[in-house]
Amino acid sequence: MNFLSNLNTGDQATIHAIDAEQSLHQRLLALGFRVGKKIELIRRASFNGPLHVRIGSTDVILRASEAKLIQISH
Amino acid sequence: MKRIALLGMPNTGKSTLFNRITGASARVGNWPGITVDLMSAKILMGGHIAELIDLPGLYDLHGFSDDEQVVRHFLSNNEVDLVMIVLNSSQIDRQLSLALQIRSLDLPTILLLNMQDEAKRSGISIDTEVMSKKLRMPVLQISAKYGDGCPHALKIAALKLSEKVNKVLPDDIAIRLEADNKIEAEMHEIVRNTVQLPLVLADETTDRIDKILLHPLLGLPLFFIAMFLLFQFIFTVGTPLQAGMAWLLAQLRALVLEPLLVNSPSWLNGLLLDGIFNGISTVAAFVPIIIMFFLVMTMVEDSGYLSRAAFLMDAFMAKLGLDGRGFVMMLMGFGCNVPALMGTRVMRSRGMRLLTMLTIPLSLCSARLQVFLFMIAALFTAKQAPWVMFSLYMVSFSTIFLTAIIFKNQFKNKEPFILELPPYRFPTPMQIWLRGWQEVKYFLNRASKFIVFGVVMVWSLTHYPTNVPSASIDTLAGQIGAFFAPILNPIGIDTQLAIALIFGFVAKEIVIGSLAVIYGMQGNALMQHMALSLDWVQGMSFMLFTLIYTPCLSTIATLKTESKSTAFMWLSIAWSLGLAWLVSFIFYQSARAFGF
Repeated sequence: MNFLSNLNTGDQATIHAIDAEQSLHQRLLALGFRVGKKIELIRRASFNGPLHVRIGSTDVILRASEAKLIQISH
Repeated sequence: MKRIALLGMPNTGKSTLFNRITGASARVGNWPGITVDLMSAKILMGGHIAELIDLPGLYDLHGFSDDEQVVRHFLSNNEVDLVMIVLNSSQIDRQLSLALQIRSLDLPTILLLNMQDEAKRSGISIDTEVMSKKLRMPVLQISAKYGDGCPHALKIAALKLSEKVNKVLPDDIAIRLEADNKIEAEMHEIVRNTVQLPLVLADETTDRIDKILLHPLLGLPLFFIAMFLLFQFIFTVGTPLQAGMAWLLAQLRALVLEPLLVNSPSWLNGLLLDGIFNGISTVAAFVPIIIMFFLVMTMVEDSGYLSRAAFLMDAFMAKLGLDGRGFVMMLMGFGCNVPALMGTRVMRSRGMRLLTMLTIPLSLCSARLQVFLFMIAALFTAKQAPWVMFSLYMVSFSTIFLTAIIFKNQFKNKEPFILELPPYRFPTPMQIWLRGWQEVKYFLNRASKFIVFGVVMVWSLTHYPTNVPSASIDTLAGQIGAFFAPILNPIGIDTQLAIALIFGFVAKEIVIGSLAVIYGMQGNALMQHMALSLDWVQGMSFMLFTLIYTPCLSTIATLKTESKSTAFMWLSIAWSLGLAWLVSFIFYQSARAFGF
């Protein structure tokens, strides 16, 4: 099983499942995280900082701890 | 009177539109059912006088953040005649859900697709006619920034207001807000039929700028260099303006006020000229520099760079028990602590919110900046000045970080960190001007309340009883100063400065106002006098104390209402007072020990 947190910089994947508690799930949905959508990892911040991802036309930053909740498939 | 609610997702330019429609007539008000203040303004729309209310930005009508609840409670408690939804054209594919959620409430609604210009540049085209039919509401494309389409949109809104419809009562809204889940499927269907999205956004400029500004090695240094240059710019341009303003006010006193009051009784003359006028004019001389400061802050805030700062600083902030947003709030706190404290509402976990709120009052706000500019000009050479200012900002950051480290275990949290990164934007002169005007209004408001009250109090205390020399040890002020002497002498703060500090508790603008009153001088004369009666070690100790202890009564009141905890408010006051004394003590005693 693959997670968004393991994606390589510059790679694309498809969201397979989102395993977050309800309020976080809702927020992810509102930002465009939906099963079946393409997601691209643009860059990671230094010192284990947040991930910069792109879904459709929306750019979002999130921590690795949140990215671990998002399952992806290539 | 009709009531119109303006509602939309964050980063869609909703407030820009609000400012454009209302000009500068907005005011802050209370509403039934909610505890936060909302901006509103009365406007003329068609034949109606309507009240336009700017609701907080929200992603989801059914979400669980404070802002989302505010919108729900507002709609469930206040009758609304029209809802204007503002969405971002270039993100319409995911934002349309909000329009559908609002539609399910059956309120008269129009949909405004903002940032038409940005969408066009990105190659997004929207068929508003088909979308309007599908949504069963008027859909209009506008650019709030440049004003394109706004007059037409207002005309449609006025027509919609005149339509006879069955009123939907707030109680019905409350019931309807409970249920609906079909929205998602319908949203997909409509987007598929009406919106053509390019696969990759045509606008690559943001990407190119990000490659440099978010560079793994260069990103942070560039951020600090940018901030430093902005401050340099503010002071280079602002300082001559301040000198000019001080000169103008001195002329006003010498040429107009003194001749006018020459025959009045000496106590009245003293109160008006040496009290109120000296106090207010010393503070007012700093207005140009403060306006400059806010104009630059507005540009940075609206440019989208602050979200990048959150990205760059998050790893470091995480070690302090905070996140990147906390860093952004601190930067906003450099303008004013009060809106920065209210900005913490976006955080859901109470632990993180409280910890952030404990650190924000340590941000060197613009009111404290006035005190430092004044003291530095009086006690240091022009060459030393920028470095002293810079070191005060560094102390501000250090106390913030220290506070977070010390308290992070008391406010443990597991707040997720997810933030949208908007494209870079350039605010228009109009946007900047409106914001600058708001700041001047706010300043005049404070001046009329706090500063006049403060300087009159200080004048009375330093001139009563009337048979002793003013501001001497025998006056009431001298007595108060003597009472605090055992605590304040070890940090080098004498009686006169002590009075200024005590009143500075109300608002920092009073500090230099009171110094003007205490010494009975203004402008250059006051600075020269202070340079004679204080040395730089005392001045620095005074500035350190002023920097760290509680910023002002408004901040304390905001801390209490936002945390809903009196104990937390006292914790913040006690911590900042204790830390202020400790830092000043260590600085003053070691500087003296080294022979300065």
